[in-house]
Amino acid sequence: MATPRVRRSTAALGSTVLAAALLLSACSSGSGGSGSKDSADGKVTITVDLFGTFGFKEAGLYDEYMKLHPNITIKQTDTQDEGQYWQALQTKLAGGGGLADIQGLEVGRVASVVQKQSDKFTDLKTLGIGDVNDGLVPWKGAAVKTADGKVLGAGTDIGPEAICYRTDLFKAAGLPTDRTELAAKWSTWQGYLDLGKQYAAKAEAGNAWTDSAAGMFAAEVGQQEVRYSDASGKPVYDSSPAVKTAWTDATALVADGLSAKLAQWTPEWNKAFSTGKFATLSCPAWMIGYIKGQAGDAGAGKWDIAPGPGKTGNWGGSYLTVPRTAKHPKEAAELIKWLTAKEQQATLFTKQGSFPSSTGAQEAIKDVTDPYFNNAPIGQIFSESAGAMPAQVLGTDDGVIGKAFTDALGEVERTNTAPDTAWKHALDNVKKANGN
Amino acid sequence: MALSSTARLPAAKPGEPARPAKRPGRLRRRIAPYGFLAPFFGLFAAFGLFPLLYTAWVSLHRVELQTSDRMDWLGFQNYSRLLSDPFFWNALRNTFTIGVLSTVPQLLMALGLAHLLNYKLRGRTFFRVAMLMPYATSVAAATLVFAQLFGRDYGLINWVLSSIGLNPVDWQADTWASQFGVSAIVTWRWTGYNALIYLAGMQSIPGELYESAAVDGASRWQQFRHVTIPGLRPTIVFTVVVSTIGATQLFGEPLLYEGNSGGGISHQYQTLGLYLYEQGWTFFHLGRAAAVAWVMFLLIVLLALLNAAIAARRNRTDR
Repeated sequence: MATPRVRRSTAALGSTVLAAALLLSACSSGSGGSGSKDSADGKVTITVDLFGTFGFKEAGLYDEYMKLHPNITIKQTDTQDEGQYWQALQTKLAGGGGLADIQGLEVGRVASVVQKQSDKFTDLKTLGIGDVNDGLVPWKGAAVKTADGKVLGAGTDIGPEAICYRTDLFKAAGLPTDRTELAAKWSTWQGYLDLGKQYAAKAEAGNAWTDSAAGMFAAEVGQQEVRYSDASGKPVYDSSPAVKTAWTDATALVADGLSAKLAQWTPEWNKAFSTGKFATLSCPAWMIGYIKGQAGDAGAGKWDIAPGPGKTGNWGGSYLTVPRTAKHPKEAAELIKWLTAKEQQATLFTKQGSFPSSTGAQEAIKDVTDPYFNNAPIGQIFSESAGAMPAQVLGTDDGVIGKAFTDALGEVERTNTAPDTAWKHALDNVKKANGN
Repeated sequence: MALSSTARLPAAKPGEPARPAKRPGRLRRRIAPYGFLAPFFGLFAAFGLFPLLYTAWVSLHRVELQTSDRMDWLGFQNYSRLLSDPFFWNALRNTFTIGVLSTVPQLLMALGLAHLLNYKLRGRTFFRVAMLMPYATSVAAATLVFAQLFGRDYGLINWVLSSIGLNPVDWQADTWASQFGVSAIVTWRWTGYNALIYLAGMQSIPGELYESAAVDGASRWQQFRHVTIPGLRPTIVFTVVVSTIGATQLFGEPLLYEGNSGGGISHQYQTLGLYLYEQGWTFFHLGRAAAVAWVMFLLIVLLALLNAAIAARRNRTDR
């Protein structure tokens, strides 16, 4: 009996070593390439990899471009959650494979790319398309310019804020549904919370005032110039008034029982758009396209938009970049130039709601209304919001810090964690991500 | 040293004239087995040993994914930082609790199922194949389905709970509920696999033992306890070792449960594997991730030795 026993335990040990080795080696594998295959007749396939809903495809822009350029085929892939998209992008950049010809970039990640990875993206000036950011609001272009003058991306949309609300639920709870009246009532965040309490008193059980504390937090933080780091690059997320005030208001929202306690960008959140689990939503312009996508045709006419507290804010917005390893950098740059030109930016706003960063397009869309949102004058509302919007100081770790606060607010909402404890958790989580 | 010993050798055995002629054959015979083994060890060196050692090397440096061509020497700083990181201990604790929550019921259920399937049943093959189905399902598919079932607002389980008048459970944010949810997926996937292994073990127990036990008047349950369980001991040890290793490396299920590497908003079901992934692929600290990998590796070796020691001791005390 002795011999087999010994053999068994050595075998167990051997397989242990092997299994661990496999685990370790699984971590060091790079990602394979997914390059486009081009046929011999000069046809070019441009791959585009994006996150969330950029809306190019939905607005028919790809089809139009392919009609104008019969030799071009555009293939788009996208990841809904930007956090996951960013993670995959970084893995591909490190491995050098699997990158598309055009990669989207969220504004919260731009500083990181400009400061740490400028060598992994192509300077768009070298691709023969001139200065693509020329006609944009100045801060949009400045954010993707490196210290030595390289232009790493082309600005697409920006995120002026408003409030989207459900007129049917408002009516049922006896609240006014007129945009001007509502905008006056929630001209401050306190006013927004007060109206929420009125709503909660009359609404059906299970119908909350808004989707999440994190959504309100992001909207409120987005109204300030200095959020997570100051102009010198010093992190101030633990002391900046913007973060503190937004935190206080967002936790007050939870304490008043006004949150549906949903986590944004999850399947449960998506489903709630069509079930009416929440009556209001902090709405950067790009959220319009998202609402249409999630609530679908059944939601048409139920939603409306009014100027939000403070009547301004700057949340999100994106860029298009060409990675160094792109197979067709020239063609990709041409496409980027076209997609971010003022005509296309204006089309994108009219059809999808992504607010243009091009000043020319901003002029062109001032009178746009949206039938989906009870013919709300979205052009006028978002133009006013954009006119007053702060040019935010961007830090390299904005994405990580934002996620830490989002999670901490989730703890307050869903696990009854005391706000002070959750605040500490948020700071710990930032330290975990960055500290040495 | 080398020279003097070779010089001494012929002198030590002077009376062997046939030796040089024999040598090539014997040498070939002695080397041949190594030659046959070489492909395995070659592959193992390239894909097993090298990554292992390189990971150790990386773990002693500061390496960031975003600038992965730069390595700054840190010594053991990654390790000391790891041991002083409360999130590491949290992950270790979670790995342990989820490990227990998933492994113990899983093995007990597998044992029971195997015992039932060992009877002569109609459609026995069908049941055996059906039991293996979860094992053949991909983690991703299974987890996505379970994530739907465990949804807070629109999940089937909460719907059932509320329809019988119970309060819905937040299967994601609550610590125990989320750990239970993850464990349920693991249990679902691996119970059948372990049951088949037990079944194979049971079938190697000679039938005479049961017959004589029955003659002695032992009931079914007594037969199970006094014949089946002792006969299965080596099999049980094997499944315990394999399940322990699996539980220590648990990764796919908690990652896909909510689709993020944090393991929940309070990291309440973040396992060591997930903690490693978060450090490496969410925060981009490859050096730290490598250190976690090595700590996990050592932990698994330790657990395997512990398992072996316990099994060996039990055998000794029994005999």
